[in-house]
Amino acid sequence: MSLSKKNIADELVRELEMTHAQALQLTNDFFDQIQATLATGEEVKLSSFGNFVIREKAARPGRNPKTGESVEISARKVVSFKAGPKLKKLTQIG
Amino acid sequence: MKKIDLVQNLTENTSLPKSDVKLAVDLIIASITQSIVSGEGVEIRGFGGFLKKHRKARQGINPKTSERTQVEEKYVPFFKPGKFLKEIVNKG
Repeated sequence: MSLSKKNIADELVRELEMTHAQALQLTNDFFDQIQATLATGEEVKLSSFGNFVIREKAARPGRNPKTGESVEISARKVVSFKAGPKLKKLTQIG
Repeated sequence: MKKIDLVQNLTENTSLPKSDVKLAVDLIIASITQSIVSGEGVEIRGFGGFLKKHRKARQGINPKTSERTQVEEKYVPFFKPGKFLKEIVNKG
């Protein structure tokens, strides 16, 4: 079972003295803030974790796998996450 | 936006003192990290998920010396953006 917002909020209640309502709001806001910042095109850098960056993808030819039809995949922006050295190291060992 | 900016923004939205918000942000990051490392993974609806991916051992070349070396198998952290995040980023 993967970690959910509810699990994170429960952890906040357990470790810090706050109510469920406060913990849940903080957890929701945490992800909403990151999302809203990325939406404006700004990067999010969380030290000891990693950076969320926006990458511009150029348009490229693609193919509809179902029909085999050629279509152009439009230029777009995508979010990419670059893990920091600490997270990389921990993941590698873990 | 850096972590201090995030803490500041979150503080404006709550009755908790800034010091508590900072602790909470560090704790959220720590529990995400732990779930990636343990292989359990993280799933946040709309936002995306974190998991670790396996990378096979491979022959690598040191770009400085052109020397061939063996790169051992390893695990790397990976973020898969959610549907909503993808859409909202692409709109601007």
